[in-house]
Amino acid sequence: MSYDGGSYDVVVIGAGHAGCEAALAAARMGCRTLMITINLDMVAFMPCNPSIGGPAKGHVVREIDALGGEMGRNIDKTFIQLRMLNTGKGPAVHALRAQADKFLYQHTMKETMEKTPNLTLRQGMVEELIVEDGHVAGVITKTGTAYYSKTVILTTGTYLRGKVIMGELTYESGPNNQQPSVKLSENLRELGFELVRFKTGTPPRVHKDTIDFSKTEIQPGDEQPKFFSYETKSSSNEQLPCWLTYTSEVTHQIINDNLHRAPMFTGIIEGTGPRYCPSIEDKVVRFSDKSKHQIFLEPEGKNTSEYYVQGLSTSLPEDVQLAILRSIPGMEKVEMMRNGYAIEYDAMVPTQLWPSLETKRLPGLFTAGQINGTSGYEEAAGQGIMAGINAARKVQGKEPVVLDRSQGYIGVLIDDLVTKGTNEPYRLLTSRAEYRLLLRHDNADLRLTPIGYDIGLITEERYTAFTDKKSRVEREVARLQETKVKPQEVNEALAAYGSAPIVDGSNLLTLMRRPEVEYSFVERISPSAEELDDEMKEQVEIQIKYAGYIEKQLQHVDKLQKMEQKKIPEDINYNEIHGLAMEARQKLTKIAPISIGQASRISGVTPADISILLVYLEHYNRVTAAKG
Amino acid sequence: MLSDTIAAVSTALGEGGIAIIRVSGPQAVRETAKLFRGRIPLTEAESHTVHYGHIIQPETGERMEEVLVTVMKAPRSFTTEDVVEISAHGGVISVRRVMDLLLQQDIRLAEPGEFTKRAFLNGRIDLSQAEAVIDLIRSKSDRAFSVALKQVSGSLSQRIGALRHTLIETMAHIEVNIDYPEHDVESLTAEFIKEKSREVMEGIDKLLKTAGEGKILREGITTAIVGRPNVGKSSLLNALARDNKAIVTDIPGTTRDVIEEYVTINNIPLKLLDTAGIRETMDIVEKIGVERSKAAFSEADLILLVLNASEELHEDELALMEQIHGRQALVIMNKMDLPSRLDKGQLLSYFNEESIVPMSVLEEEGLDKLEEAISELFFGGKLEAGDLTYVSNVRHIALLKKARKSLQDAYEAADMLIPIDMIQIDVRLAWEQLGEIIGDTAADSLLDQIFSQFCLGK
Repeated sequence: MSYDGGSYDVVVIGAGHAGCEAALAAARMGCRTLMITINLDMVAFMPCNPSIGGPAKGHVVREIDALGGEMGRNIDKTFIQLRMLNTGKGPAVHALRAQADKFLYQHTMKETMEKTPNLTLRQGMVEELIVEDGHVAGVITKTGTAYYSKTVILTTGTYLRGKVIMGELTYESGPNNQQPSVKLSENLRELGFELVRFKTGTPPRVHKDTIDFSKTEIQPGDEQPKFFSYETKSSSNEQLPCWLTYTSEVTHQIINDNLHRAPMFTGIIEGTGPRYCPSIEDKVVRFSDKSKHQIFLEPEGKNTSEYYVQGLSTSLPEDVQLAILRSIPGMEKVEMMRNGYAIEYDAMVPTQLWPSLETKRLPGLFTAGQINGTSGYEEAAGQGIMAGINAARKVQGKEPVVLDRSQGYIGVLIDDLVTKGTNEPYRLLTSRAEYRLLLRHDNADLRLTPIGYDIGLITEERYTAFTDKKSRVEREVARLQETKVKPQEVNEALAAYGSAPIVDGSNLLTLMRRPEVEYSFVERISPSAEELDDEMKEQVEIQIKYAGYIEKQLQHVDKLQKMEQKKIPEDINYNEIHGLAMEARQKLTKIAPISIGQASRISGVTPADISILLVYLEHYNRVTAAKG
Repeated sequence: MLSDTIAAVSTALGEGGIAIIRVSGPQAVRETAKLFRGRIPLTEAESHTVHYGHIIQPETGERMEEVLVTVMKAPRSFTTEDVVEISAHGGVISVRRVMDLLLQQDIRLAEPGEFTKRAFLNGRIDLSQAEAVIDLIRSKSDRAFSVALKQVSGSLSQRIGALRHTLIETMAHIEVNIDYPEHDVESLTAEFIKEKSREVMEGIDKLLKTAGEGKILREGITTAIVGRPNVGKSSLLNALARDNKAIVTDIPGTTRDVIEEYVTINNIPLKLLDTAGIRETMDIVEKIGVERSKAAFSEADLILLVLNASEELHEDELALMEQIHGRQALVIMNKMDLPSRLDKGQLLSYFNEESIVPMSVLEEEGLDKLEEAISELFFGGKLEAGDLTYVSNVRHIALLKKARKSLQDAYEAADMLIPIDMIQIDVRLAWEQLGEIIGDTAADSLLDQIFSQFCLGK
């Protein structure tokens, strides 16, 4: 028996990084939103490394922030280290990475959510979806509460039929010994969803006081850190260093001696693990010629002695884990506080989703995060905010917002998932983006803040600041182009700067195209009348300096967008289109692409099939138009 | 997709006196104009006008082909886009030359049936024709696919594959540097990228060199049989072809036009051209034949000079030998069955011993020696043994050149110390362009490469 727990516009199941963004976005867009989670102490929990950002992932955090999401603001409040990576490379791949105070991160996020109007937090285990007339209508919990809702967002992470594995030991569990969600998984199967089994893992945690840091290398944060959120201008957070050490030959020997007890190799693990996050036993076996592997020791927070041992993800038995830890320089006498483990879980086959993240099978049901086959907090949060936005828009009777591959890593991520699916936990890498140079850390606001503003997640005040920045940058670029310089005016300065003299008259913009000439030089010759902050100067510099490469990519984007704009009607019957190859027919039917652009990215659909589809659509549109 | 500019030959290849190459798309006029020299620049041409001029090599201004160019501006054209039609002399070589130049501009080779597809999508073709258009695309694509499969067989595929492997290893290295900045992988230097780009560019250059041989394999080595009248040229052709298509008489000058014959000698296809005897003549009909002979002579890959060993060298023959000097040629001393009156020593100042083949075409003696000499000339030493990679397709050549250009850009960028993630744009482009040749552009393989080449992860 169940009782009525109330009616909502949006119910979010799960309070991890996807769930938090989804719930906040929906509530901020004015929807009555409920977030249910198995354990309210686990809101925004980081079950693996206490770190956010890095290449592609950090870009996603910037994008979430540019859209009006929370992750960037939250980590800016709670970081214990910030580092800008890749500063020696091009601006597109500069990537911010933070170490989080993982407890503070959780508490700060929970507090934000608790204070958000329209948002209710409730502890409970959802076991079943309510379906009415083929549309999701709510959820029922283990305690018998029925929450009715127009839309439901599943963000169950690794909890669905979660199973922890360590050596010979296995038991049903979510991450960090939380209760797994078993019945919901069964319910999804009953509703006809196709699920797969994935695996991931985490390393042991150790006690700080038992580490001999003198045998490791210090990895400090940046002295002048930059932040994730466009709203954060300064911070008084103290930074803590990380520490670098390496595995030893003894480590590798211990692992090799215990492979018969490694679930990876004994067949206990059935789920598919990610290649980019291999366990230490996997690394030692696959790269046996490598004599040592990097180990980073990362603090989990200011008020804890627990250290995360990055690089040592493992599902070996506990005794072997301890032996391995103690074979590493600096950890000879280390005390293990928590052991590492592998976890298997059910995930949705993501090709069952529309690009809006709504399921095709059950209208009103959205899924986001690790349930969609991804891994990583940032990937989860990026999907979370999109699912929240699109559930809210569905409630409001509006068209979904779909980012394309040229607009953001979030667009790349979701398009990859729903178009190609994934056969291992999916991690974003910058190489997955065709237009990497356009998807920069610095320009996330230029790409996405207008969208965030349109959908109501960016405040008027922030939008005004954004448009002000944008127009100042544009005016400055124009000014540099218009400012002519003569040889006698600049050659002396150029010589002092180590740059070749100019022969004829030129302008400042042309000078800045030289690889060695920076904005600061041009600024000295001819300062701007307007006030420009560092962010704006950086923008001017990048836009001018890399204009050639940017232009190359923009031309491709133009073609991409033309293809994305050619929409495919939902009622298309691919079996009726004669001339399509059989494989294309099957794949197109299964994926149901929303545009020609998406169709062209499905593997097995050839350019000839796309041509035929275009001809068919033209025919279809003309016939439809003729019918009026 | 619909915004780019495409080109294709719209007449059957190798047949007819005129070949028409059609260019369609927004850049059709601008891009073709770069290759055209006529009375006015094409960009100033009115719609639906015809212009006489030449297709030129844009870098050097060298005239490549004499052409008539028709400009039809949107929407009054078959595709409703800007269309330029280039009428060139028929024949594979001139068409290839023009296409080759076009595809090096911002123009790509049209997909099968693409002109018709565009015409339909732009509303130029009646709705009732939709199905026919689809059939056309399907059948042309399938045919193109099977042809492509045949062309991309074996060694070409392997050679391209090896070049792409070098590139993808380099790309994986670049990507790891970008995506795993804290990992202890060797950081990538500009020198490394330059070295790898150069290595692949050299590989492409080798392939492009064999492009000439690729043409040979598809169409045959163009072999001109030259000599004074009545030295036995047609008999030689017949002997080689073992049939009687060319007219053979004892009256000088009966072979009035260029006779073509295709034969295969030791697996080398030859396109034999029997030319009218080269000498000045007043006979108008024969004069045309002689003119054409000279043309055939000048475009031949191989020249077979037939001499009558029973006569002394004629001054015409000395003049011919002067012309042939420096080209790939074999000298056939025919009529060895008759008493010899030819001074072989005179020949040796023009040709080496190996390229002089004594024969009696009448008695069919020495034919095997000739065949041996031909195959040795083309494969012995001239090519790396067992390394017969042929690039025959215009599309392949265009893609190879584009890939080379991309690598050149990458090389120069590395030289200027441009950041690696930008250099990667061009390296990746080259990798994709090479992949298009062998029909493999799957982006996923880069990830596979990264994770098999490097030990990564937290």
